Amino acid sequence: MSGISRRTLITRGLAAAAGLAGLAVADRIADRYGLLPPDGGGVYGPGETLTYAVHRLLTRHSFAREFSRSQISNPPFANETERPTDAFKRLQAGGFRDWTLSVDGLVARPTSLSMDDVRRLPVRNQITQVICEEGWSYVAEWIGTPLVEVLNLAGWLPRARYVVYFSSEPDTWESIDMADALHPQTLVTYAMNDGDLPVPFGGPLRLRVPRQLGYKSVKYLTRLTVTDDLKRLGKGHGSASADAGYAWYAGI
Amino acid sequence: MADTALDMHSRVAVAASSDPPRHHVIVRVTHWVTALSCLALLVSGTEIVISHPRFYWGENGNVLTPALFSFPIPSSRATVSTGYGYVLPDQNGWSRYLHFEAAWVLVLIGALYLIFGLVSGHFRRELFPGAADRSWPALSRSLRDHLRFTRPREEEAWSYNVLQRLTYLGVVFVLFPLFIWTGLAMSPAVTSAMPGVVTAFGGRQTARTLHFLLTVLLVVFVLIHIGMVWLAGFRRRVTAMITGDAADRKSV
Repeated sequence: MSGISRRTLITRGLAAAAGLAGLAVADRIADRYGLLPPDGGGVYGPGETLTYAVHRLLTRHSFAREFSRSQISNPPFANETERPTDAFKRLQAGGFRDWTLSVDGLVARPTSLSMDDVRRLPVRNQITQVICEEGWSYVAEWIGTPLVEVLNLAGWLPRARYVVYFSSEPDTWESIDMADALHPQTLVTYAMNDGDLPVPFGGPLRLRVPRQLGYKSVKYLTRLTVTDDLKRLGKGHGSASADAGYAWYAGI
Repeated sequence: MADTALDMHSRVAVAASSDPPRHHVIVRVTHWVTALSCLALLVSGTEIVISHPRFYWGENGNVLTPALFSFPIPSSRATVSTGYGYVLPDQNGWSRYLHFEAAWVLVLIGALYLIFGLVSGHFRRELFPGAADRSWPALSRSLRDHLRFTRPREEEAWSYNVLQRLTYLGVVFVLFPLFIWTGLAMSPAVTSAMPGVVTAFGGRQTARTLHFLLTVLLVVFVLIHIGMVWLAGFRRRVTAMITGDAADRKSV
């Protein structure tokens, strides 16, 4: 019996060592190719990492479904938002003329854009679906400028790995990797259907990320930070929702 | 190749212990991992439904559109009017993490089971109905036995009857693939790469509703499955699925 157990022990030991070495190598390769999500640790890390890695390999350049005008939801559903702050109310009273979008971090030219500056950038309109993690959905036309136009204007640096974006609502911020940040459908949105983007839907400015769930489409966009490291922000999970226990990557 | 003394020793030990196991070790392991995954999926899926206990047909649905059906339960979201004066705590963070991790476990263990079933002949021998059973009289006889709650004969502990085989085939090759399909149809990133996954159903809300109805079917299957195991001798059948030993201890 001892002969078997020794041989088994050696084989298993070698297999375990090879497995661990393989995992370490896989981990390094995955990180190099940007296949590890910032919330990839912990009990749910393996599932999240698998989903994110597979999606990055299969959907990097794919386009979210776009719909025909006849499929636009009427009326669309505005999810609940926080009570607006006094600062927000003042800006709203001024017709959002003083609303600004700042860009900082790994960019050659840190910038602050007015609403008119954003409107002067190339326009894209797309009819896409808002999909909430709760299960409901609606379709609307979204008009704005691709995030990549804003990033190019500020001169994003090659080291960039993520774009963090902040809302004027307190403690509301998300981040996406460069695959989504540079994607043509990721839209700095200022109009919806037939008019300006209404406040309940995120006006004056909302980042629409149609390849991910609704909570990645942050309302009241005020600031973009280009970075190569999410560990130092918040609790280090990459977004306020990930810090609150929701998945960072929401392409499911 | 010459047998070593050790191999001889182990072979004698196995031959002396008893008959071959009722269920192959791969079947036993995949069975229980699948059972645990399904339990995790059911619990987390129920929590997700509680955030929006309304179901729709077609592409879109939200609280502003009529529901196909809904559940008169309290919700974990204030936006859903339920008639209850309170909102349940939000559990979607861990629920969604767990749901997708359990789905990965199920898919991976399912792939192992599928490869094993094809290579070993498990599907052909144990699940596909034998020549004698592939007739309407055989099927109706089996159906009659079930409806009369006839206690299975002793030899049935070693083989599945035709109704059982067809049910297992349906669960493995129809129910689970449809679960995965309708699940993927709800992913904005997956449907960006493969729109056909969702357009085949006519929309994401239809996919969500079907995903739920499949759950009802699976729960009904599991209840009947456990009931049948109970009827056939709970302890022995469960032992057979854990240790592989199906021998009648009283007769040994």
